[in-house]
Amino acid sequence: MSPIHYVVLSVLLFVVGAVGVLVRRNAIIVFMCIELMLNACNLAFVAFASMHGNLDGQVIAFFVMVVAAAEVVVGLAILMAIFRARKSASVDDANLLKY
Amino acid sequence: MTHLLAGPSGPNVDAITTETIYWILAFLSTGAACGMILVRRAVHCALFLAVVMLSLATMYAMMGAPFLAFVQIIVYTGAVLMLFLFVLMLVGISSSDSVTETIRSQRAWALACGLGFAVVLCLGIGHAALGPAVKHTDALNGSGNLSGLAQLIFTTYVFPFEVTGALLMTAAIGAMVLAHRERTTPKPTQRDLAARRIASGHVAPDPSPGVYALHDAVDRPALLPDGSTSPESVSTALAQRIVGSDGEPVQAAQLVMNKEEVDQ
Repeated sequence: MSPIHYVVLSVLLFVVGAVGVLVRRNAIIVFMCIELMLNACNLAFVAFASMHGNLDGQVIAFFVMVVAAAEVVVGLAILMAIFRARKSASVDDANLLKY
Repeated sequence: MTHLLAGPSGPNVDAITTETIYWILAFLSTGAACGMILVRRAVHCALFLAVVMLSLATMYAMMGAPFLAFVQIIVYTGAVLMLFLFVLMLVGISSSDSVTETIRSQRAWALACGLGFAVVLCLGIGHAALGPAVKHTDALNGSGNLSGLAQLIFTTYVFPFEVTGALLMTAAIGAMVLAHRERTTPKPTQRDLAARRIASGHVAPDPSPGVYALHDAVDRPALLPDGSTSPESVSTALAQRIVGSDGEPVQAAQLVMNKEEVDQ
């Protein structure tokens, strides 16, 4: 099983996540799509690690997981603050800075 | 841990089994990812994300990364997804996307951009010289995946690891600051609450729902002596979750039983 298969799969998942970020309006779903993109990156890192026969890629994937956890915590806290103020989780409703 | 699908130097199972598992997982994860951007409800989206994460964890195990497979399940599927579900419960379980496009033909353009992006990425990967998997050349991880990773993290990557600690601390403090709310009015005491209740003119507790009257469910309003129904008897939180045939939440006032239904 060549690692290239895994890399191509990670490309597919990343693109689907990116399209989701562009298309969806609910901020929570946008966050989940970002998580999907981070997961796809992790898959590519692990595939490259097995391709090169060392563990550096796995260490980087581990760091990506930590950063993703931190990002989710802060992002969901921001989301809750916006929801409390505007009673909506839609990305279209947070537009006070626009005008 | 090395008895999982792969040892430190590659798959333990034969090539055909590995390939079969790969294709099953690939179709499963791609389908679930497509489901994520197609379903309307945020909860269904979270469940699809769980499917993707679990299949990726299995793939990590197949590629000789058992530690990452476990961390994926514990941190992502366990912690991060639970956090998402908590926030979904706070925001409202029925929160679904609006289907109206605010920017004209946004979906078509997003799809075109996605396709172009995929083509560019695939071309780049196709031009790169990617070799087959090699056996781990191992002075580094002679005693297995976990100790090899630990050796790397605490020697080569020790500074990024410490910075990660600072990042996590900052994130925790930031989340606490964002979630904190200053109280602008004094907290109502029991005396205030009692006075408010007397002033409202409705001293008795709200009527209980119409359980056992005609239906055995708490989402049915209570039947009053004059034949009308009482919307106050249904919890407002419950009424928000009752979805009508048009996909919109049904208001408690609309949950009135038909006259024929009452007569029976």
